[in-house]
Amino acid sequence: MKFASEFRDPTLAKALLARIAGVADQIGATREKPIHIMEICGGHTHSIFRYGLDKLIHPGVEFIHGPGCPVCVLPMSRVDECVEIAMRPGVIFTTFGDAMRVPGHKMSLMQAKAQGADIRMVYSPLDALELARRNPDREVVFFGLGFETTTPSTALSIQAAAREGLTNFGVFCNHITVPEPIKALLDDPHMVLDGFIGPGHVSMVIGTHPYDFIAQNYGKPIVVAGFEPTDLLQSVLMVLMQIAEGRAAVENQYARVVPENGNPVSLAAIADVYERRPSFEWRGLGEIDASGLRIRPKYRAFDAEEKFGIGYAVGRKAYEEPEGCACGAVMTGRIKPTACPQFGKGCTPDMPLGALMVSSEGACAAYWQYGGSRGMAAG
Amino acid sequence: MEGALALKDRIVTLAHGGGGRAMRDLIETVFTPVFEPPDMEDQARLMDGALQEPGARLAFTTDSFVVTPLEFPGGDIGMIAVCGTVNDLAVGGARPLWLSAAFIIEEGCEVDLLHRVVASMQREADAAGVRIVTGDTKVVGRGAADRLFVTTAGVGVIPPGRDLSAARVRPGDVAIVNGFLGDHGATILAARGDLALSTDLKSDCAALGHLMEAVLAVAPGTACARDATRGGLASALNEIAAAAGVGVVVTEEALPLRDEVRGMCEILGLDPLYLANEGTLVAFVPEAQADAALAAMRSRPEGRNAAIVGRAVSAHPGQVRMATSFGGMRVVDMLVGEQLPRIC
Repeated sequence: MKFASEFRDPTLAKALLARIAGVADQIGATREKPIHIMEICGGHTHSIFRYGLDKLIHPGVEFIHGPGCPVCVLPMSRVDECVEIAMRPGVIFTTFGDAMRVPGHKMSLMQAKAQGADIRMVYSPLDALELARRNPDREVVFFGLGFETTTPSTALSIQAAAREGLTNFGVFCNHITVPEPIKALLDDPHMVLDGFIGPGHVSMVIGTHPYDFIAQNYGKPIVVAGFEPTDLLQSVLMVLMQIAEGRAAVENQYARVVPENGNPVSLAAIADVYERRPSFEWRGLGEIDASGLRIRPKYRAFDAEEKFGIGYAVGRKAYEEPEGCACGAVMTGRIKPTACPQFGKGCTPDMPLGALMVSSEGACAAYWQYGGSRGMAAG
Repeated sequence: MEGALALKDRIVTLAHGGGGRAMRDLIETVFTPVFEPPDMEDQARLMDGALQEPGARLAFTTDSFVVTPLEFPGGDIGMIAVCGTVNDLAVGGARPLWLSAAFIIEEGCEVDLLHRVVASMQREADAAGVRIVTGDTKVVGRGAADRLFVTTAGVGVIPPGRDLSAARVRPGDVAIVNGFLGDHGATILAARGDLALSTDLKSDCAALGHLMEAVLAVAPGTACARDATRGGLASALNEIAAAAGVGVVVTEEALPLRDEVRGMCEILGLDPLYLANEGTLVAFVPEAQADAALAAMRSRPEGRNAAIVGRAVSAHPGQVRMATSFGGMRVVDMLVGEQLPRIC
């Protein structure tokens, strides 16, 4: 397949792996004293396991799986609020597919659908907008979820709804931003990260400058990366080279897609529709200052939180995570998925306890699905 | 229907399920003129020479079919209802002989649609060499079904001495598939029309009885075969690995995949190994007979793109792994629930 297979070339990968091994040896990285590199994005986590990069790479390089899977960092209470909205009479609740199975305290959206809620899987908020146009007597709500990658499309759908004067369309906004949780992680005294792989699709929108503080204030290298296996390997090499040369900079491996200053049209749409919340709750990380977006007052008519009097609009309760669930510790890189007492016992993809086991981009699901821990060593 | 009575109603109503004249009209205009040869009564009484051979065994299976949309590029619900049941029999080593067909019709279903479905069922049955010998119709109220559900049951005969079973797969046996993977699943996804993807894809829907006979004729040591329907090739291989207590290794590079399917999976974050097929089977054949089996498949239109995709191994019993084209090795697990497109 054109434009993908080139980036999966085993010969190129071998050469990159050899160069990584050379630099890793040069800086004295070993299995016992590894270099810790956090891939922030769940898409990267998925690629690492899909291609077995964690097993092919020099043992002195250890991947720490970051908080960049929007489904995984969504607190259970937000799922509860989705279910509450979806269960209201007259509502058509629309969502991306992989949010369907995330457990809430009482049920997931999939279970709510089985109980009669009208919940529909869409591929874009523009599909939800079309549903609103076609069903003027129903209230159509889109579950706005994701980082800066998906935020522009929800912003555009709200702008379009305002232009058309639709009164039956709303967004339940859970959009979050990448730089703030990274800052929170870097401020955590228990954190031992040596460098970062930055999410390429986020930077396609925001550019690379929002990460400058990582290099300038914290002295850590970050390389914005693409999603194919050789993209990831090249980015690891670039991080290691910075460490070897005693530098810390923001570098762009994904220049074929990521412009340094991002996408001005998307940024303008985001700025027009959204403003920062004072804080937003992240699963496993707690409330993080200025890490979430809400809909500006001028678009209040499209804000489902306001419309339904739910969530941050009315003051929310913080809930405990389910007992024994270590999603928080996994997400902050303090433990590997397999070190969670519930992994593979009380928590499997069939019966997920925590969100990291639900989405295919979650670290636990990736470990499970691609045998990061099970059986591969024994076989 | 040529020569058939014309039903005056264009849509089915609850009256057509009431047991009276309207129901008789529906059955006699839509179903019996196509399915029921004049020599057969409703309660089929069957005899076949093959049943009387000493050591011959009866094979019996049933399956229900629900699909949205009912008609899609490469097939319709009737076609998969015939092929699915024929294939269930065929992969068990049976020669399919007779089918039943039961229709649950939602009021409001168009009669023309029923005509088309029934015609394609008979066409497929003729091609597969089976007869649809008995059937039933029920009409249910709006919302109690999604336009049309079809259930077929099938009877076939397993010739003496033939014994296909997943438990017979041994390390070293070679896994062969008869064609491209995931065409049906990808076609249905695209045909639902909510993806804004336009493709030239067609369902692989096909009856595989003749193909299985061709394989068994040249590769009598064939251990087992499975049709890779829901859950795709990954699920079929996992079932076989578990039943046989062997490991299975598939080679990513060897998997026959169309570029369109590959591309769609990339866009949506789906894995083609889990996409449904309606005319694809995987057979485990002893290595010495693998070339002959492959050639036999390729000699038939429904096996033109057959390929050896992997083999059974003694390591990691019960587990399927894939040697990736990238040089790594990963586990291919059973699918949990249904595949859901990723957010980004």
